[in-house]
Amino acid sequence: MNKSSSLPAIKATDLACGYDGVAIMEHLDFVVQPGEIFFIIGGSGCGKSTLLRHLIGLNPAIAGDIEVFGESFVRATTDRRRQLLQTFGVLYQGSALWSSLTLEENIMLPLEEYTDLSKKERCQVACLKLAQVGLSGFADYYPSEISGGMKKRAGLARALALDPSIVFFDEPSAGLDPITSRELDELIQQVSSEQGTTCVIVSHELASIFSIGNRVILLEKKARTIIAEGPPKELAINSDDPRVREFLHRGDIAPTA
Amino acid sequence: MLFCLVRLATMPASTSRPATAVIRSEDNSLTVVLSGEWRIIKERPDWAQLSKSTAPTDLRFELAELAHWDTSLVLFVAAAAEWCRDHNVACDLENLPKALQRLVAHFDDKTRHPVPKERPHNFLETVGQAALEIYQKSLQYARFVGECTISIVYLARNPSKFRWRDTLAEMQRCGAMALPITGLIAFLVGVILAYSGAVILRQFGGDIWVADLVGVTMTREMAAMMTAIVVAGRTGAAFAAEIGNMRANEEVDALTTLGIRPIEFLVVPRLVALGVMMPLLALYANALGVVGGMAIAWGLLDIPPAAFWVEMLTIVDLSDLMTGMIKATTFGAIIGFAGCLRGLQANRSASGVGEAATSAVVTSILLIIVSDAIFAVLFNILGW
Repeated sequence: MNKSSSLPAIKATDLACGYDGVAIMEHLDFVVQPGEIFFIIGGSGCGKSTLLRHLIGLNPAIAGDIEVFGESFVRATTDRRRQLLQTFGVLYQGSALWSSLTLEENIMLPLEEYTDLSKKERCQVACLKLAQVGLSGFADYYPSEISGGMKKRAGLARALALDPSIVFFDEPSAGLDPITSRELDELIQQVSSEQGTTCVIVSHELASIFSIGNRVILLEKKARTIIAEGPPKELAINSDDPRVREFLHRGDIAPTA
Repeated sequence: MLFCLVRLATMPASTSRPATAVIRSEDNSLTVVLSGEWRIIKERPDWAQLSKSTAPTDLRFELAELAHWDTSLVLFVAAAAEWCRDHNVACDLENLPKALQRLVAHFDDKTRHPVPKERPHNFLETVGQAALEIYQKSLQYARFVGECTISIVYLARNPSKFRWRDTLAEMQRCGAMALPITGLIAFLVGVILAYSGAVILRQFGGDIWVADLVGVTMTREMAAMMTAIVVAGRTGAAFAAEIGNMRANEEVDALTTLGIRPIEFLVVPRLVALGVMMPLLALYANALGVVGGMAIAWGLLDIPPAAFWVEMLTIVDLSDLMTGMIKATTFGAIIGFAGCLRGLQANRSASGVGEAATSAVVTSILLIIVSDAIFAVLFNILGW
């Protein structure tokens, strides 16, 4: 896991992803280094979320391989994959908090499943995680009783419950106001820098990408693969590809020299 | 509000070693040496076990090749710190990483208070709110019935605004697609009636009256009732779930802001579809119930179908059929009302949709039985 910095956190090799054996994206090759904030970006419907579903094991890879800290996730046995999944945390687009459980119980469920902590310890960990995302005191609230931004943070607290090595985010800023969205960005940055957690983020929020992204891959619908890879600011300035410039400049293609 | 998170990987380690804590005792002071990889999903030392049969005056921590730590170490150190407080032992956390110290301090923070919620805890308040809720609910029923009436009148005047396509689709779903299950149940009800009737009637030599029994019971009661119960379970629940889900997805709000009455768009087509299909389904149930009775009469009592038919027609007339149809239409309207109302009242959550579906079925069946009782009295007075 993140014990050895030489192994990439995630390495996709010639990955094809899609649904029911029909590939939407093909020949995806990329590496996510441990501790970095990695963005998967692209226009609507290009397959960003599909790629994420493959990375977190919800969809089986059609072709190619995904390695997690040097170990194949695709070829792993069911038991081993379950173990690998314990090192993942996922923040879903709609937060996906279980509506029949309080925030505390939401965080305690993964702990109950995967650790031998006592009930008291699980409560303590849940409170600690809620405090880390700025929601201390809301342990007894149900998801329906809090705002969208708070749900996102509670979702992040749940994703961090097992202290994962990699946290995946599906459109974290979707439906949030700019201030809340920025607060969430800061939180992601803290998780990444201070906890050493690798963050893989699917987004098309340019402000987030430029402010916290270490590296991005840009997916394109027609090409059905990655058309650019690198630090976002560099790509915005240096890329010759009009598609990349168009995306990173919101459709204003600055005339290139 | 946001607490500083901590650096978990302090030192890269070449191999994965289990989390260990070793106790070293010198005079009255205790040193806990921490090493290995502390992960919350792995095994880790238990402070309660370690601290047994020790009675130091002060305690301190030391790190030796601590490869990785996370919340599990925070839990361990917090447990140790708590034990020290309980046993009046001086606890020194100085050698631990600063981030860990912060987290442990936060763990012990007893000043954290839950943010108060507006939830009644008082018995009287709960009863009062429940009473107010009943009042609110009755108002909602009244408003719903009123709005439905207004919408139906409006649509009758402007038929071009009526959603014919939705209505036809609903008719297919609640009518045509319910034929197999309704048919099977009606046939079996006919069989049951004939069987139970035959046992008694045979003792009096009145075998042939099985036809009357099955004919009257099916046309006046059972066809409409059994169809209504099947449709309440099938269609009433579906209406509530569908509209409840649309409410959760803000589709209902989208209609309202467009100035379209959700009742016109969602409820009336469903009411009309059920109102038309229910009597037809009941008629079909009548036919299959009679066929079921005929089969038993023929097989068990040797009454040929022709004789059964002729005997049945001596007692069953069009008024019996009509009362059955009136009931079926009313039941259809009740199921439509209950399903749509519960859907529109649903909470905007996954459990809300489930509750709406359950409540739609319960409400429908309750109201069906109640209205059937009222019909029994009414038809008796009218002599139908």
